[in-house]
Amino acid sequence: MSGEVAAAVAEAHRREWAFVLAATVRVTRDLDAAEESVQDAYVSALTAWARDGVPARPGAWLTTAARRNALNALQRGSTLRAKLPLLIEPAGEESLGGGLGPGGDGASGGAEYDAADAIPDDRLRLVFVCCHPALAREAQVALTLRLVCGVATPDVAHAFLVSEPTMAARITRAKKKIAAAGIPYAVPAAEELPQRLDAALTVVHLLSATGHTAPSGERLVREELADRALDLARTLHALLPAEHEAAGLLALLLCHHARRATRTDAAGRLTRLEQQDRSRWDQAEIAEADRLIVAALRAGPAGRFTLQAAIASLHAHAPSHAETDWPQILELYDALLRVWPSPVVALNRAVALAAVEGPAAGLTAVEAIERDGRLAGYRYLPSTKADLLSRLGRHAEAADAYRAALALTDNGPEQEFLAARAEELRGRGPLSRGERP
Amino acid sequence: MPQYAVLLYERVPPEELPQEVMDAHMALPGKIRAAGGREIAGLALQPAATATSIRGELLTDGPFIETKEELAGVFVIEARDLDHALALARMTPIVEGGVEVRPLLGFEVAEEG
Repeated sequence: MSGEVAAAVAEAHRREWAFVLAATVRVTRDLDAAEESVQDAYVSALTAWARDGVPARPGAWLTTAARRNALNALQRGSTLRAKLPLLIEPAGEESLGGGLGPGGDGASGGAEYDAADAIPDDRLRLVFVCCHPALAREAQVALTLRLVCGVATPDVAHAFLVSEPTMAARITRAKKKIAAAGIPYAVPAAEELPQRLDAALTVVHLLSATGHTAPSGERLVREELADRALDLARTLHALLPAEHEAAGLLALLLCHHARRATRTDAAGRLTRLEQQDRSRWDQAEIAEADRLIVAALRAGPAGRFTLQAAIASLHAHAPSHAETDWPQILELYDALLRVWPSPVVALNRAVALAAVEGPAAGLTAVEAIERDGRLAGYRYLPSTKADLLSRLGRHAEAADAYRAALALTDNGPEQEFLAARAEELRGRGPLSRGERP
Repeated sequence: MPQYAVLLYERVPPEELPQEVMDAHMALPGKIRAAGGREIAGLALQPAATATSIRGELLTDGPFIETKEELAGVFVIEARDLDHALALARMTPIVEGGVEVRPLLGFEVAEEG
């Protein structure tokens, strides 16, 4: 029984944390006080649920408990309030989250509340506070993990390879800035929403990317982080169903998630896309992504997340690497580069170009990106160049490029892969010059 | 309402500012009021070359911190929150440079109405 209760509390922590915290912030108007009240609610759930059984609506139970804790703390005259100004909740915006009500996306509920007691779904406010452009990107990411996903500070520190005190200080500084600068606890106005949503989606995408390719360490996939990012993308899409880029991001993460089982082999080594066992890709997730992409593409000019999702979906549907619809992927990359002129996109476009027009064309494009200089230190630049050089038979240069890429990564499986490639080409080195086309 | 300082950094010296920029500065308090904020105070500074800095015992000519865009002025506004303050600060006429928005210590928070 106690194991079941612990599992139920853990599940409620993963699914309901953001809802409970967001509703409690409204009472405290102080992030720290709200966090403390919510933590206490989860602790008391362990004993209460063991005694009374797991409630039908754990989110509602936890919210009630956390808000009661918060009110009690306020009545005790908690000193937390004196130190920093309270969060600003703009007047006249009370109805913004209210329409969604508890369980707006079915994740939580509160049938036992009457209308006066209804707890509005404030998760969007929480997300937009954490991802406010007045905060540095690294602070946005850390705060989102801590406050929206409920990940403990030591785990956040671990995910981003910084010490626990460093991460704790980063989160504290960010919370102080929110209070001191008066970042509002609000969903942005309609005219600002696209830009602000883009920042929030970028944070979620970054979490997912960090989860899929941890910057260092032995495990290529940090499942927990990638799962949290997927949950978050799902929540954002559910709360903002009219925003096509939220749908696009969800579709993109679903495509990544669908391929997760095949990104490494049984020994944990990195496998390239062309070697992955496509029969093990999750077809249900790919189909869900497709529905989202089609709807988003129909709705008007596609944004960067939708275009990336469309590219990922084409890869997911190709029966093999060789049978991939590279011309269409190249077209999508051209469109992506127009809405998002980033050198990383240009590099990926060069790979597609190589698939359509041959490695020489791809190499010319990669060399142009190299001259641009903005990707200096980006490990996928030399590894892409190495791959194209080796396909052109320029083995010695390819081996050099693999070694350059190797010097830029701390990720165990990636290091092994690059070292093996460099070694394999070294034996063929002397042939390279003569074979140059 | 919370108060914010808006620090104005400008590359063009004050005596060379075009007339329309000067006019826009004069019109700014009215525009801020129309947008639901309030300008409480405003200071326009002489060029940085006229500054004298003191660090400990040492007197030096020039501004405390050398920057390409000189600190040209400071004004204090009242706004509902940071987003509102940023929207107001965006109206500042600038030829070449930008503004920094800083919350003031000890402001009072509007109670929910």
